[in-house]
Amino acid sequence: MWRRRSGAGRNETEEPRAESQAGAREPAALTIDALGRKCPIPIIMLADQINQVPMGAVVEVLADDPAAYTDVPAWCRLKSHAHVGSVELPQGGWSIQVRRNY
Amino acid sequence: MVYLDAASTEPLHPAARDALLAALDSGWADPARLYGHARRAQMLLEQARADVADVLGARPDEVVFTSSGTQAVHLGVLGTLNGRRRTGRHLVVGAVEHSSVLHSAETHEREGGTVEIVGVSRTGRVDAGAFAEAVSAPGTALACLQTANHEVGTLQPVEEAAAACQEAGVPLLVDAAQSAGRLPLPHGWSVLTASAHKWGGPAGVGVLAVRKGTRWRSPYPQDERERRRVPGFENIPAIVAAAAALRARAAENAAGEATEEISESTRLSALVDRIRTEVPRLVPDVEVVGDPLLRLPHIVTFSCLYVEGEALLAELDRAGFAVSSGSSCTASTLRPSHVLEAMGVLTHGNVRVSLPHGVSEGDVDRFLAVLPDIVRRIRASLGVH
Repeated sequence: MWRRRSGAGRNETEEPRAESQAGAREPAALTIDALGRKCPIPIIMLADQINQVPMGAVVEVLADDPAAYTDVPAWCRLKSHAHVGSVELPQGGWSIQVRRNY
Repeated sequence: MVYLDAASTEPLHPAARDALLAALDSGWADPARLYGHARRAQMLLEQARADVADVLGARPDEVVFTSSGTQAVHLGVLGTLNGRRRTGRHLVVGAVEHSSVLHSAETHEREGGTVEIVGVSRTGRVDAGAFAEAVSAPGTALACLQTANHEVGTLQPVEEAAAACQEAGVPLLVDAAQSAGRLPLPHGWSVLTASAHKWGGPAGVGVLAVRKGTRWRSPYPQDERERRRVPGFENIPAIVAAAAALRARAAENAAGEATEEISESTRLSALVDRIRTEVPRLVPDVEVVGDPLLRLPHIVTFSCLYVEGEALLAELDRAGFAVSSGSSCTASTLRPSHVLEAMGVLTHGNVRVSLPHGVSEGDVDRFLAVLPDIVRRIRASLGVH
């Protein structure tokens, strides 16, 4: 039921949030498999491992806890990294892509 | 225990307790019958109706009592949609409405109606322009907007929404559950719903007000009670107590304004400001959510990175603090709060603090004193330092 239909969670000054889009995938320098893990574990894994990739590279978090879909982009905003996009996985869950900014 | 969960339910107002005990003795009979005890019960019921109508800015014959705020919303939404079937079957709701509104919308969709959900900003406020555009769609039968959000406290642009609805000729249902008895009610509603236990009345009493001229037809089988709007024998002692609590709150608010003393709302709001300022200062990696200014006086919500909401509630309970959370691990649904999702803010490690009337400054300070170490310990247990 809780579909995002218009203007979900953004301020007027911000770009629209990257939504699930097929074909938005780009090659990831690191894949973090957090499938089956509940939040906040996927976020903790991401925070632990993002510094393993070079500046500007993409980390991909695989997660199926619905909280991760909202929380990974929110973590990026709080930590000044970039949420590149979220792609639904065929087996359920998402690949959520994050670009290391610093 | 320090109770900081008033948004779930406000402790019973002393005036409500007195009224409840008195009405258990004097208001037990069937108000629909024609003998002394019955007339007495009916008189109490009608006095309560007049009192509640007066505070809410309604006419007594527009007000009925339901068995809960949730039932008031279900009846308000489905009854208005029913009454306006010939106009159209399109419903507009805000994305962060109470689940009673969204579940009514689901029912409407299952029965062939359509629903548009209007999104919110990062602070949880509905975009008034998008709402106006949505209600102008042909065939719109009803729009719903809360006065203020129950999880993050953000006030909604009800006056603007009401103007847009009037322009479009669409009735607006305003869910005032979190603000009734705390803030003046907005004008321009066609249907108003509220819940007595949120303002210090007993549980089991909701209010449904339907403006004269608003088409409404019950989704239930016919029943004679409450102007044929709510089925079943009225709980008169609880209704009398609910009205007493609301009257008392209104008097307290008016007295605060008249004497230039600090009103309870202003005092609570200052304590909320303190929490909003101090939590990010005391605890690293915290996001305080909701509008910092356009908000209810008594609710503040924040999320702690790398913390499980359930563990946080358990530790706070152990330390003697009762709060609530919108994190998925604390919900029976295993989904995070739809409010936090719609806002696009952190959903894990979430805490809602909502201050009851009369909470002491010392209790708030003690909460702020225990929180940092609790968060640090939970993080350490997950290997985060």
